[in-house]
Amino acid sequence: MFENLSHLALQQYWWVIDSLLGSILVFLMFVQGGQTLIYRLGKSDEERTLLINALGRKWEFTFTTLVTFGGAMFASFPLFYSTSFGGAYWVWMAILFCFIIQAVAYEFRSKPSNVWGAKTFELFLFINGLLGTILIGTAVGTFFNGAEFTVNELNQSKWATPYGGLEAVLNLHNVALGLTVFLLARLLGSLYFMNNIEHEAIFNRSRKQLLYCGIPFLVVFLFFAIRLLVMDGFAVDAETGTVSVEAYKYLHNFLAMPVVLILFLVGVVLVLFGLIKSYLAEKYTKGIWFTGGGTILVVFALFLLAGFNHTAFYPSNADLQSSLTIQNASASHYTLTAMSYVSLMVPFVIAYIVWAWRAINNKKLDLEELRNEDHLY
Amino acid sequence: MIENFDMSLVDWSRAQFALTAMYHWIFVPLTLGLAFIIAIMETIYVKTGNPEWKKITKFWMTLFGINFAIGVATGIILEFEFGTNWSNYSWFVGDIFGAPLAVEGIMAFFMESTFIAVMFFGWNKVSKKFHLISTWLVAVGSNLSALWILVANGWMQNPVGMKFNADTARNEMVNFWDVLFSPTAVNKFLHTISSAYTLAAIFVIGVSAWYLLKKLNVPFAKKSIVVASVFGLITSLFTVMTGDNSAREIVRDQPMKFAAMEGLYDGSKGAGLVAFGIMSSTSENGNDNMKDFNFKLEIPNLLSYMAYMDGDAFVPGVNDVINGFTDNDGVVHPSVITKIEMGRKAIHALKTYKQAQKDKDANLAQTSLDELNENFKYFGYGYFDDPYNTVPPISITFYSFHIMVGLGMWFLLLFTLALLFVYKESIVSNKWFLRAAIWSIPLAYVASQSGWIVAEMGRQPWVIQDLMPTLTAVSNIDTTSVQITFFLFLTVFTGLLIAEIKIMLKQIKLGPNHGGH
Repeated sequence: MFENLSHLALQQYWWVIDSLLGSILVFLMFVQGGQTLIYRLGKSDEERTLLINALGRKWEFTFTTLVTFGGAMFASFPLFYSTSFGGAYWVWMAILFCFIIQAVAYEFRSKPSNVWGAKTFELFLFINGLLGTILIGTAVGTFFNGAEFTVNELNQSKWATPYGGLEAVLNLHNVALGLTVFLLARLLGSLYFMNNIEHEAIFNRSRKQLLYCGIPFLVVFLFFAIRLLVMDGFAVDAETGTVSVEAYKYLHNFLAMPVVLILFLVGVVLVLFGLIKSYLAEKYTKGIWFTGGGTILVVFALFLLAGFNHTAFYPSNADLQSSLTIQNASASHYTLTAMSYVSLMVPFVIAYIVWAWRAINNKKLDLEELRNEDHLY
Repeated sequence: MIENFDMSLVDWSRAQFALTAMYHWIFVPLTLGLAFIIAIMETIYVKTGNPEWKKITKFWMTLFGINFAIGVATGIILEFEFGTNWSNYSWFVGDIFGAPLAVEGIMAFFMESTFIAVMFFGWNKVSKKFHLISTWLVAVGSNLSALWILVANGWMQNPVGMKFNADTARNEMVNFWDVLFSPTAVNKFLHTISSAYTLAAIFVIGVSAWYLLKKLNVPFAKKSIVVASVFGLITSLFTVMTGDNSAREIVRDQPMKFAAMEGLYDGSKGAGLVAFGIMSSTSENGNDNMKDFNFKLEIPNLLSYMAYMDGDAFVPGVNDVINGFTDNDGVVHPSVITKIEMGRKAIHALKTYKQAQKDKDANLAQTSLDELNENFKYFGYGYFDDPYNTVPPISITFYSFHIMVGLGMWFLLLFTLALLFVYKESIVSNKWFLRAAIWSIPLAYVASQSGWIVAEMGRQPWVIQDLMPTLTAVSNIDTTSVQITFFLFLTVFTGLLIAEIKIMLKQIKLGPNHGGH
């Protein structure tokens, strides 16, 4: 089946899969956003424990998606993996440290004799939520704004600055995406709490957050989106593979791929609908599904915008011709074929996740349940 | 050519990878084995309906959860470190190595993380059967994740199923099944997981022995010992068997590593196995890596038998591998000097090929491509000048191997004794045994880490056997960055390890009647 596809078709298939994983990851970052709201929404130890336990039952999905995203990028576009990870050393290391400390924080926080105290592990959760989201967003920003690397004829890469990728924060557009992801995660976190926890005060406080985080979110998102439409982009000549700077490249991509434009616009509408309805209606709890679904569509569309229509998805500012495209950075035809067969398992994986969660998550979490729970975070 | 590389960067990158991998491996074996032990315990609970078994299951599950979390924390870094610190490696073999990592995520990690939630939070929400299946799926999922990463590691030790593509300057996969079912990968997987099960069984026996010594939770502890010692006896026998298979496979595919494991400098027919040996500070021919033995207890012919199932077979030593030899299957292994020459030709041919392509010289491109393919088998040797630089650190490989094997034998005895004493109902009165069981917990960790030291130090200087030396695999970054992250990891992981040990000890002290908190 897959072996008959052209190399390009497989590369596109895998860019779609990686984009999908990336967009689901951003949605699942409601866990990270929620972690930054624990003290804002929980005014007593009991309330904070409720919030942390609501997130604690989901954190592994986000984490696993991140790891799978990394693995899939490695397998499908190994040149991106070797170039970006090996060069933007400090950005990725900072992101990884943010996730290392998260993984133990839930399990260790409320255990007796945890040495460093519950507050330390709560701080770990906060750092993960704040820096993890901003850094990932900023790093993805370089898909549009370029990064500082060179690749030689043996495809060995070298970073052109001594700052290991941290120079990405000097670009406002990158930072705007970082802040957008952070604020979006907080919004999704609030919506998740409204949906998942049975507690009136927490519900009302979460609802207020939709306004407090929603306005700055709109400001940074609009800045990011408008700038994206008017900025120069990195075009690839289909014949020669030569990379050149093209004015309004991403706007052109939207116009050349109307489906992507529709995905993007529908996504934006869904995000806003979920937020506005949840804020205005008094007891509305389903906002997470609209805003979450919209998030997936928007991020998915942005990834497609970065990689499709003869665009370099990881442009190099240091040497334009070192820029990575889905064609020059990909795995071989054979590996992509083998991996494509593995990808057929994804619907099955999603099915059992849904099935298992429906079985144990059929009612909202409340204090009563926590009192009877012997595996408490 | 070695002088062209920044050895301090290579050393610090290796140190960081060793640090993070060894920390990760403190937690993983217990997760792999405890998952099955818990599943067996829960099966007994579901079959008998005895609530005592539910309590036992839940207690070990609490310890599992604590250990699992830190295993995840230390694991994420390893996947990304291939990119951050071994960038050239990631490109050179990423086409093969990346796939197992991705499959691991899709197949195993999601299974683990989904059903672990049911396992911990589903007790009162799903049926007994559903819960039991979930617990088994956690065990299967965690072991599946081990499968894929060990396949990847096995491939590095014995690269198969791929072809070098000069245009992309990397190795590309040509047969997925060859990679998955390579004997090295299969042996590595089976040996590693069975040793992990053994470690977990010792952990359960050791903790239970402590209760028995303190006269606490006696029925609980006895029941736990029964399950763990039966499980441990089977798995340790399997560990011995797969270890034996591994040895036979290593002597064929990595003869230098085998020689280092045994401290065998000059090979011979009917070679003896060094059961116990102490190396001196003096060395043969002034080569610091090849220390003489002060003392060794040798079992005649056993090494030949172990390697080839023939007591008179020829086993090559370090010098034989350096000078070239013909093995028992009649395969001629050229000298390292010859391999270095071939490697240099291959490296040179690749450069010429690239230049010829730039110059659009089709003839030169073809001849250099032919030369490259002819010599590619020993590509990595081209980076060395001195054949003795292709010898791994011998004493550490030798000692680690012997510590691992020696402790393995002790564990086999430990499980047998535990079963015997349980059968005779004398386990509580055999205090010496209970103490020995407790002390066996750290020993199990020593054995497990030693195994990885043999596997990874023993294959130096290669990151991909014969094709890519460790020194060419690193990222082009500055040493200071790696030094800083090394110490950051050291601090963070040590801090987390201290917390984990204290939490574990507290939970053990609280015991199974505490209900988790």
